[in-house]
Amino acid sequence: MEIIMAVLAGTLFTTGVYNLLQKQLLRIVIGTALISHGAHLFILTMGELKRGAPPILTDGIDQYTDPLPQALILTSIVISFGVTSLLLVLAYRASKINGTDNMEQLRGNDYE
Amino acid sequence: MLLAVLLPFIIAIFIPFLSKWKHKLHTGFFVTAVPVVIFIYFARFIGPGFEPVEREYSWIPSLDMNFLFYLDGLSLLFILLISGIGSLVAFYSIYYLHKSEQLGHFYVYFLLFMGSMLGIVLSDNVYVLYTFWEFTSLSSFLLIGFWNHREGSRYGALKSMLITVFGGLSLLGGLVFMSGITGTASIQEMMSQQELILNHDFFPLILTLILLGAFTKSAQFPFHIWLPDAMEAPTPVSAYLHSATMVKAGIFLVARFLPMLSVSEWFFIIVSAVGIATLCWGSYMAVRQTDLKGILAFSTISQLGMIMAMLGFGTKAAIFAAVFHILNHATFKGSLFMIAGIVDHETGSRDIRKLGGLMTFLPITATLAVIASFSMAGVPFPFLNGFYSKEMFFDAAVTMDLSVTGIAATLQTLFPYLAVLGSIFTFVYSMYFFFGTFRGKANIDELPKKPHEAPVGMLVSPAILVLGVIIIGLFPDLINKPFIEHAASAAYGSENVKDIYYWHGLSPAFIMSITVLVFGTILYLSIPKWASIYNAVPGRLSLNTFYDGLVERTERYSTIITNSYMNGSLGRYVRLILVAIVVVTFGTMALTGGFTLDFGNLSEVTLHEVLIAVVMVIAAIGTIIAKNRIAAILILGVVGYGLAMLFVLYRAPDLALTQLIVETVTVALFLLVFYHLPNLEPHNESSLTKTMNLIISVGFGLLMTMVAISAHSHKMFDSMSSYFVDNSYKLGGGDNIVNVILVDFRGLDTLFEIAVLGIAAMAIFALIRLRGKNKEE
Repeated sequence: MEIIMAVLAGTLFTTGVYNLLQKQLLRIVIGTALISHGAHLFILTMGELKRGAPPILTDGIDQYTDPLPQALILTSIVISFGVTSLLLVLAYRASKINGTDNMEQLRGNDYE
Repeated sequence: MLLAVLLPFIIAIFIPFLSKWKHKLHTGFFVTAVPVVIFIYFARFIGPGFEPVEREYSWIPSLDMNFLFYLDGLSLLFILLISGIGSLVAFYSIYYLHKSEQLGHFYVYFLLFMGSMLGIVLSDNVYVLYTFWEFTSLSSFLLIGFWNHREGSRYGALKSMLITVFGGLSLLGGLVFMSGITGTASIQEMMSQQELILNHDFFPLILTLILLGAFTKSAQFPFHIWLPDAMEAPTPVSAYLHSATMVKAGIFLVARFLPMLSVSEWFFIIVSAVGIATLCWGSYMAVRQTDLKGILAFSTISQLGMIMAMLGFGTKAAIFAAVFHILNHATFKGSLFMIAGIVDHETGSRDIRKLGGLMTFLPITATLAVIASFSMAGVPFPFLNGFYSKEMFFDAAVTMDLSVTGIAATLQTLFPYLAVLGSIFTFVYSMYFFFGTFRGKANIDELPKKPHEAPVGMLVSPAILVLGVIIIGLFPDLINKPFIEHAASAAYGSENVKDIYYWHGLSPAFIMSITVLVFGTILYLSIPKWASIYNAVPGRLSLNTFYDGLVERTERYSTIITNSYMNGSLGRYVRLILVAIVVVTFGTMALTGGFTLDFGNLSEVTLHEVLIAVVMVIAAIGTIIAKNRIAAILILGVVGYGLAMLFVLYRAPDLALTQLIVETVTVALFLLVFYHLPNLEPHNESSLTKTMNLIISVGFGLLMTMVAISAHSHKMFDSMSSYFVDNSYKLGGGDNIVNVILVDFRGLDTLFEIAVLGIAAMAIFALIRLRGKNKEE
């Protein structure tokens, strides 16, 4: 199962990167969201899947799944939520002010 | 002693505040006190019974970098020059720089330089020495560019910076080699293990690197080109940095390592040949200059060449003469620079073609000038110190009897002739400087200002230096026993004592001096007849053209290279970064055999998991092909919820809960915002771009898959998770291990995470609020 999950994480990265390379802001934001999904799955897969009970101490159980990746992912989910929302508002403001959401038109190397 | 070095830096901190009152009291008065105090502190070491002093102060012990101060005769000579000339220059600058100038900046740089220079000559630790060395380059850059509204100042500053820092880096290389070979950073300890360095295979390289550092700093041919352009600096700076002290740092460095390096024959060949070449070229070029400071700049170059050549000879007499000349040069050249500054200040011009006949208007200045320039020329009067050291130079060149063969032997026979040649031109430019400015026909109408004698304050400093010229000339023993001897011995490596006489009888050296006098006079009087030679040599061929071309080309090509990939398209940058990641990581993986696949330790494959995975893959691809923005957002939500379900299956309840909430909020946010964004456009880029994007993204995805599989299959270390399982309740007092990790074991991390979220929230709030403001405008 781990290999299938690794492939799935890779697929999420692939689609995320492909979206990231597009010109439209909305697609770029979707791309970053996909990449963070991929990263979470990636971290989880690096540990071992489905070995033992959920990491909540219970009498009589001494085999738990690895809690450390879960803690890392939990932090990451919240952070990527912050990133996604900021990006969304930024995209909204940028396209409002500039009248376009095309990244190729939003380049600014004329003011060097 | 540490305090003495740090004093300028400490005072420099207060200068910006002191300069606020510059209209009441010139900042220079505060600054003058600093070198005076340092001078008095170190003057007490002068005396016949001087012994080297060593002090150590800890700085960065883990890197073997300590303030190890070593005060021997050579350092003492330099310290007294730095603080003595420093005092005079600081005092002189009070009258030279008007209160409306940016005095705060000027004196901060000035003190920065003074402290660094003291650091160079006192440091026994090579890395500390190097640090101070670069600091002098930096402060020199700032001081040359002091009048930064002038094109010339900026050009000169950049030039000096590029050349001296280039040399500084070479020096660092040499020092690193030496300390690597000997295993110590202390110069004294290196010298005691000199056999190791001298017999090392890299010795030629070390010698080259060290000498490059010294030659660039001391403006030796062909690196001298920065010094004439450095004359754009205010005159007190030229007098201080670019004649008396900083340019002698290279001389100091060579003298410091002399006992070790002079064993090598190549040292003799390179240093003395470069020195003599610099002497001849500098003095030849000085006669061609029309700017007073230009003459002095080339004269400084030639005098530095002369000192360098004497150090290159490496004989006892030559080193004594070199050390003596370091002091003499500082006295007469320092005063000449100040005189040039006075002339500039009082007439408004430094162009020798416009000047002339100023003796009647500036009688005191002219008197000082005649003594200083005659001393520089080496005119045989018993009250001119320049004559003594010049004659010692001739003596050293003639009596040099090294048992050498090959090139070195040829050079040895050539040197006396070249020494005379260079000195003839020295004589010519000295006369040219004095007579051209103060004698001849006065044409006052052409000058921007009506000339008159300088204020007393401005005359004090050059007068003291000229007095030094005379006193050293009349009573050389006054400074010889307590002072010069120790410096010469330190540079030579063992006792180097000599009596300084005026009259040696009809020795070869005296005949050489007379030859210089006679030919010099003839050449000076016939300048108009032979000046056209300058059109042929150097003519159009100049090192400056080479330098300018080099700088211009470097700039042009680096602009072309940068523009070729920095075209402002973010997509392109991302592509470049990703390609680099993929290529480098795959490359490393292939080279080191990093990819491992282990089927042994896998969990079972179940149908519902596979189904979720398939749905997620379809949804992820769907985000790309979706033509409608709502569809794209909802499909993205499918991926997120799929992930939450996987979290449930993989026994991560907290993750699943968080993911569900976050996904819901995110989708809601997307739906709020999308309305304001333009609808998705079809993918209308060229098929080439499409293919490229596809290759990059597939490559990256493949890479991540392989990394994930390898990471799972190949466990290098035992997991540290058992620590958390065991201690979750004991230390954290909680049953939910993930929660305990987050709020307890890694609590600070979570705190910062909350801070990040807070900042993001504020940024979002600000971005939305901005709209209102824009509308008002």
